[in-house]
Amino acid sequence: MSPTHRAILAVWRIEQPRLITSLARMLRDVPLAEDLSQESLIAALEHWPRDGVPEKPGAWLMATAKRRALDHLRRGIMLARKHTQVALELEQQEQAMPDFDSALDDDIGDELLRLIFTACHPLLSREARAALALRMICGLTTAEIARAFLLSESAIAQRIVRAKRTLSDSGLGYETPRGAELSARLSSVLEVVYLIFNEGYTAARGDDWMRPQLCAEALRMGRALAAIAPGEPEVHGLVSLMELNASRQAARTDAAGDPVLMADQNRALWDQLQIRRGLQALTRAQELGGGDGFYGLQAAIIACHARAATAEATDWARIASLYAHLAALAPSPVIALNRAVAVGMAHGPQAGLVLVDSLMEEPALKAYHLLPSVRGDLLFKLGRHAEARAAFECAAALTGNRREQEFLRRRAAACSNI
Amino acid sequence: MRVMYLVKSNHPGPPTPELGEAMGKLADREIKAGRMLENGGLMPLSTGAQVRIEDGKLSLIDGPFVEAKEVVGGFAIFELRDKDEAIAMATEFMQLHKDLMPGWYGTCEIRFFATPPHTR
Repeated sequence: MSPTHRAILAVWRIEQPRLITSLARMLRDVPLAEDLSQESLIAALEHWPRDGVPEKPGAWLMATAKRRALDHLRRGIMLARKHTQVALELEQQEQAMPDFDSALDDDIGDELLRLIFTACHPLLSREARAALALRMICGLTTAEIARAFLLSESAIAQRIVRAKRTLSDSGLGYETPRGAELSARLSSVLEVVYLIFNEGYTAARGDDWMRPQLCAEALRMGRALAAIAPGEPEVHGLVSLMELNASRQAARTDAAGDPVLMADQNRALWDQLQIRRGLQALTRAQELGGGDGFYGLQAAIIACHARAATAEATDWARIASLYAHLAALAPSPVIALNRAVAVGMAHGPQAGLVLVDSLMEEPALKAYHLLPSVRGDLLFKLGRHAEARAAFECAAALTGNRREQEFLRRRAAACSNI
Repeated sequence: MRVMYLVKSNHPGPPTPELGEAMGKLADREIKAGRMLENGGLMPLSTGAQVRIEDGKLSLIDGPFVEAKEVVGGFAIFELRDKDEAIAMATEFMQLHKDLMPGWYGTCEIRFFATPPHTR
């Protein structure tokens, strides 16, 4: 990609939320607005390399996109009722070419909220919501989304086209939930943001850089949500959870790219600005009554780590108690396993082992390598080295991640050397 | 990537009300877009002070100050995708100055935060 193309894409990404929200308001159709905002990008890629980047690129893109919208309406694709009203408005807007200052005038908070809720509509699958959100809210190209999710471009393109058609066909392409409905629909949005974050978080270094970039995109969406829906405690809870997890990014792998356990991480590498933001968001969530929420509780757990100057200073008793709350709120074998780890740290390996052993018959954890891995660690601490070794070997056989496999084999080998 | 913008100028006086308002709206848009983390304007250097080391000697300068070519008047911290986005954002910001405060001159410096070497 040439420097000019990169510069054009950058300008477009910055302007895109405003383009979509303005067009959506005129067309009463978010997916269609997204199509037309893409067309303005294509027009820019065609004109700017030849004519130079305009002095007010945002206004140029907006004017172009609005012209496309008008063309679209003239072709009579919209419903007649909407057509007359909207076309009239458009004609008027076309008379006065939008300039940058007036473009900055609208408060886009409400429209952005609509955009986010449309892209993350519960009618769509989680995967479709994630692809649509990255495309419509973050301005990622289909190719970038495909790279990020390790899928083919055509698979992502299809997913997006189908999702947009579903929304338009069902008349859900333009609506903003409010009040109680907003809170109810929020979980469908937060779930997608967190899914995107975790896709990026579990990416290994050396993977395509688009994968870890997903963390940044999810954080951006979370921060945006916190700014436009500041009264929602779980939004702040999720932002806190993401900020605090992302703050450890630089410490999570060593120079060779191998994972470093939290207890062994160099805490000087933790991002203090991000930790501060994460703790502030947690406080906000708790003030709004979200301390017992699904994300608020998880954030509170991570905050215990973030606040500890050393691994030894970690408040494991508090973590164990928070996990008990979380397990009651959202019963899941994985949360139960995490709770067992915390109990093992707070009240000794024997207490943790009792909980782990109660999970051994859990079908959902049958192929989950962290179960024997945690068990091995507890057995090792209890001095039951032969059993620990068997557990680590079992865990190594279950994981598909090469680096993790090597790590578990090393732990198994260490059991025989004692 | 995290970026700090340093706006430098020695043009006297505060921004015009029009520029102030436009910058406020831009800031609001960028917070709602989830890109801007922090921002702030700084009082003139004459109200501050400098603690300096020169030739191995530590000294306090509490004014008057030697006229610098450009001093930092404001800053912002953003989280952006890449250098292209950082430049596009700064260009938009400076265009506002050009349009709404004729005669103003200055520099918007784009500086990326340092990260541990193994994560680059």
